Amino acid sequence: MSEPTVADTRRLNSKPQDLTDAYGPPSNFLEIDVYDPQTIGVGRNRFTTYEVRMRTNLPIFKLKDSCVRRRYSDFEWLKNELERDSKIVVPPLPGKALKRQLPFRGDEGIFEDSFIEERRSGLEQFINRIAGHPLAQNERCLHMFLQDESIDRNYIPGKVRQ
Amino acid sequence: MSFFGFGQNAEIDIVLNDADTRKKAEHKTEDGKKDKYFLFFDGETVSGKVNVTLKTPGKRLEHYGIKIEFVGQIELYYDRGNHHEFVSLVKDLARPGELSQSQSFDFEFTHVEKPYESYTGQNVKLRYFLRATVSRRLNDIIKEMDIVVQTLCTYPELNSSIKMEVGIEDCLHIEFEYNKSKYHLRDVIVGKIYFLLVRIKIKHMEIDIIKRETTGTGPSVYHENDTIAKYEIMDGAPVRGESIPIRLFLAGYELTPTMRDINKKFSVRYYLNLVLIDEEERRYFKQQEITLWRKGDIVRKSMSQQAAIASQRFEGSHCENMSAQAREDSN
Repeated sequence: MSEPTVADTRRLNSKPQDLTDAYGPPSNFLEIDVYDPQTIGVGRNRFTTYEVRMRTNLPIFKLKDSCVRRRYSDFEWLKNELERDSKIVVPPLPGKALKRQLPFRGDEGIFEDSFIEERRSGLEQFINRIAGHPLAQNERCLHMFLQDESIDRNYIPGKVRQ
Repeated sequence: MSFFGFGQNAEIDIVLNDADTRKKAEHKTEDGKKDKYFLFFDGETVSGKVNVTLKTPGKRLEHYGIKIEFVGQIELYYDRGNHHEFVSLVKDLARPGELSQSQSFDFEFTHVEKPYESYTGQNVKLRYFLRATVSRRLNDIIKEMDIVVQTLCTYPELNSSIKMEVGIEDCLHIEFEYNKSKYHLRDVIVGKIYFLLVRIKIKHMEIDIIKRETTGTGPSVYHENDTIAKYEIMDGAPVRGESIPIRLFLAGYELTPTMRDINKKFSVRYYLNLVLIDEEERRYFKQQEITLWRKGDIVRKSMSQQAAIASQRFEGSHCENMSAQAREDSN
C-alpha cells in the first residue's frame, strides 16, 4: 500500500542541552535510610526506635542532611496525618503485630531480631515512597517527622511553602 | 415468510448498478466482526435493481405495494426503540396488485445527501441502508442492504502546532509540542518533550491515544473512553535540558475522523495523553485534544516530485555532501 506523498517525519528543532545540565548531579536526589534499631526500656515498657536519616538536594526540604530517631507509633501518626490532610492514597505500613504482643509466647515477640528487621525494611519502604510524593512534600507533618528533633503532636497542621 | 405453507412467498434481492466497479470498505459490526460494504460518498447517486423472485412457480403473489427506501439513521443502544432518521427517501416501485412471475424493478436515488460518516461505536451506531419492502396483508417481505459512507476533507487551511508548558510547581516542568493540531488518519504525529525541571525520579514516559464517545444531551450525557494506543517514547530518567522526540504513525491504529455533535446526538473526539511514570508508579499526565480527518486518495505525484520531497528530508542533517548527493540522484 503506497502513499502518493511522502510524510514529513523530521524531528522538531530543539535547543542543544547544556553540558552542565547533562552531566551535573541530578536534581531529584532523595534517599532515606531507616537503620540502627535500638530497644529502649525494660520489661513491659520496652519499645524499639529506629534512626531515620535523610539525604536530599530537593529545595523543599530545609535540611539537606538530617538524622532523627523514630518509633513505630511515630510512623503511624504520620500516616494518619497524611490520610486526613492530603488527598493522597498513603502506602501501607508494615503490620502492627498485635499477636506478637500477647503473653506466653515462646520467643521475644516484637523484640525478636527477625521481626525487627522485617519491620525496619517495611518502614524504610514506606518513608521513601511517601517522601517522594510531590503532594506529601507540601505537608508540614512530613517535614516535622523527617527533620525536627521530636514530633510535637499538638502542632498546627498545614502546608509548607518554598 | 408465510407460516402456514400456503400462499405465495418471495425473496427480495437488492443489486447495485455499479456493483462491479464500486469500491468496498471494511466496517466493524456491533459485535466486533469486520465486514465489507459498498462505499459511498456525499452527493453520489445510489441506483440499482430490486429483484423479486417468487418461490413457488405458477402461484401469484398478492401485495399491497412494493417500495425501496434509502435511510440514514442514528441508533442509541440504550434507546433502541427510537431511530433518529436524518435521511429518508422513498421510491414506489409497484402499486398494490399481483405479481404472476419473478420481476425486477429499477430504482435511482439521485445525488443523495450523506452528511455524516458511518460509525459503529460502544453506545451508538450511525448507519445508511437500502430497504426494499413488499407490503402484504399479514407480514411484509423486507430486505435491507447496508452501505458505508465516508466523509472526506482536504488539508485544513489553518493547522497550528500545539505547544504548551505544564508541570507541578517546583517538581516537574515540561514543555511539549506537537507539530499539528489536525491530523489525517494516515498522518504522523511529530513532536517533542523538553524537560525544564526534573525533581522527581521518572521511570518512563508514554503517549496514549484516547477516543471519547459522548452520547446523550443535558443531564444524561455519557462519556465512554477507550485507549486506542499506548506508545512508549522514553525509557529511563531524564534530566534538565533533555529533549525527547515523538514520532507516532497513525496508520497502524483503528481510528475514525473526529465527529462533533452529529445531528445533536453524539460526538467522537480524540485526545493525546502524555503520561510520565515515576519509580513509585505515580502517574503524571497531560491530555490534549487533536482533530482527526479523513483524506481522500489523491492522484499520484510524478516520480521526480516524490524524489524531491524525499531528498528534502536530508536537508539540515550533519553531512552537507549527503544532501547534495541525494538531490543529484533525484534528477
